Amino acid sequence: MADARRVISVIVINEASVLSRVTDLFSGRGYNIESLTVAPVPDSKYSRLTIVTSGSIRVSEQIVKQLHKLIPILKVYEHADLVEKEMALVKFPVSENISDIGMLAAAYNGKIVNVGEETIIVMVADEPKRVSNFLNLVKRYHPKEIVRSGSVALER
Amino acid sequence: MQMSGAQMVIEALIAEGVDTVFGYPGGAIMNVYDEIYKQDGFDHILTRHEQAAVHAAEGYAKASGKVGVAMITSGPGFTNAVTGLADAYMDSIPLVVISGQVPMSLIGTDAFQEIDAVGISRSCTKHNYLVTDAKELPRILKEAFYIASSGRPGPVHVDIPKDVTAQMAEFDYSNPIALETYKPTIKGNSRQIKKAVDAIVNAKRPLFYLGGGIINSNASEEIRRFVSMTGIPAVETFMARGTLRYDDELLISMLGMHGSYAANMAMSETDLVIALGARFDDRVTGKLSEFAKNANIIHVDIDPASISKLVNAHYPIVGDVKGVVLAMMDSIADRVDRSRYVPWLETIANFEKLHPLSYQEEEGIIKPQWVIERIGELLGDHANISTDVGQHQMWAAQFYPFTRARQFISSGGLGTMGFGFPAAMGVKRADKDRISINITGDGSILMNIQELMTAVESNLPVINVILNNQYLGMVRQWQTLFYDKRHSSTDLSTGQPNFTMLVESFGGVGYEVTTKAEFDAALKDAVEKNVVALINVSVARLENVMPMVPSGGSLFNMMLASKEK
Repeated sequence: MADARRVISVIVINEASVLSRVTDLFSGRGYNIESLTVAPVPDSKYSRLTIVTSGSIRVSEQIVKQLHKLIPILKVYEHADLVEKEMALVKFPVSENISDIGMLAAAYNGKIVNVGEETIIVMVADEPKRVSNFLNLVKRYHPKEIVRSGSVALER
Repeated sequence: MQMSGAQMVIEALIAEGVDTVFGYPGGAIMNVYDEIYKQDGFDHILTRHEQAAVHAAEGYAKASGKVGVAMITSGPGFTNAVTGLADAYMDSIPLVVISGQVPMSLIGTDAFQEIDAVGISRSCTKHNYLVTDAKELPRILKEAFYIASSGRPGPVHVDIPKDVTAQMAEFDYSNPIALETYKPTIKGNSRQIKKAVDAIVNAKRPLFYLGGGIINSNASEEIRRFVSMTGIPAVETFMARGTLRYDDELLISMLGMHGSYAANMAMSETDLVIALGARFDDRVTGKLSEFAKNANIIHVDIDPASISKLVNAHYPIVGDVKGVVLAMMDSIADRVDRSRYVPWLETIANFEKLHPLSYQEEEGIIKPQWVIERIGELLGDHANISTDVGQHQMWAAQFYPFTRARQFISSGGLGTMGFGFPAAMGVKRADKDRISINITGDGSILMNIQELMTAVESNLPVINVILNNQYLGMVRQWQTLFYDKRHSSTDLSTGQPNFTMLVESFGGVGYEVTTKAEFDAALKDAVEKNVVALINVSVARLENVMPMVPSGGSLFNMMLASKEK
């Protein structure tokens, strides 16, 4: 069966062990999670997880059903039509062409966010695919460190 | 009212109507055991192993329909109990298992008898809790009982650090349960039910596929009425044995890997499967792509995750099977034309005639199937039948004349050897007036043999009938059939205890049986004496459980008779 990329959002009660309950469903089936973000939902006792995974449709559907079954889980969204964004921070040596890097970042909704004596840090925020493109493009400027945030998503 | 966490545990158990707790004390749970000593609201039965405490609680729960309760200590006490939790999880048995934990200040320090209990139990419980403050205890225990027994039932594990059981806090058990994120669907969708009923009325070869959910839902009376009003034939899963009476004309038998030829053929020929509280387990379906190939499927289950998990349902209905069946009966009323099914019933009758469930008697040796039938003839409805796991278990499911739900107690999903004896103790505790029989094998019985002490001491007269073929018989059968008779580590002929001396050293009674007459005498004697018994029956060594659908094969491709001598 074809593997498809999936984005799932899960609203959970913000309590100890709830994250393990969710991730156990993936690990127990030998499924890798590509990215996972968690943060509290404002003014509530809930948190929102955004999970990006890929796998057979049958197993993904089963995981979604099992997610529904977990006691501290309020809602599970399997996104079809969504807005998805991801952030990345990249550190470059100051010896690189800083203005080029700044221009490129701007094309990906980003900018230079920190300038130090030896390094600069650039932030971009865009669709995950475009973030990957940016990271590819800037390889020539010898990035020293890269961190991606993982996706967050909202249904349109 | 202010009280300690330990006292809260006692008060909550009493408030939940618990009359029996199975358990084993230890360091981290001592505060609670101290309160058990002081109270008289329930009985505590000291098992001789934590695994047995959980299996006993399972047997109690299965026989009574109530939540079973087990209590254990931290570390090894807990890890010993994990098999029981997993067993209950697989078979949807309502349990609350309370374990001690090292004090909060020591958690995460590799303290003595410390293990991350909730980390381990997460994947084999319906839900679990680590209690970090005594004031949370009333809410958590109340939720634990509710979660265990509602929706699709299952085990709930509550881990309580030792300092929390000593901590004083306010106890109020009257607060209502407020679980915003847990609301099981009980009532089936009425439009879906109508559609399903139309499908039933229009089917030519419909078939009830009855599963263990019926027992959990206490719906066997309703199912009996539904089956008899429609005249539609039924097959039962292993977990559903006893839903219909064994002599119900519309009951074909059990289906699946060791189901009857007629049951499996009916499933292969039906045009409408009416699955009630069944989950299309691989031991039932065989090769999925060939399962009920010609049929549409109505699937009623309380667990949405069970529906279309393995086999696509054309009429999915999420809800409690009892309510759904009552609604179906209302809706179907007089729309059933029984004459419609006459050719279908004739087809099934022919299947039954062609290859009935049977075995060949042999001169001078007891056949294991005979023992099961004989217990049925002698005790019938008066006995509850627990089993261990293996050949004897399948023969019990095939040949015992079950007359009611909750009569057959066995480990279906997990297939836990060592389940039967402690479960039969729990069954005896729940249903004192009936005889509690554990049908077991010479392999399984040794997996919780220490429970002889519990049974004798706590006066739980379980009669263990060992079908002794001096083999790990089911594995031996597979080795014979699929591994070219290489009987690797399954021949127990040089590894047998003296069962009679064994049971007598614990204060029970043993019987050695090699003839049918001896068996009758032994069973009658054990029943009359009302004692803990081991009846060691020497049976034909190389008997195979038949029919058999080889693993991954299609239901209609059965091996029918053993050729091995």
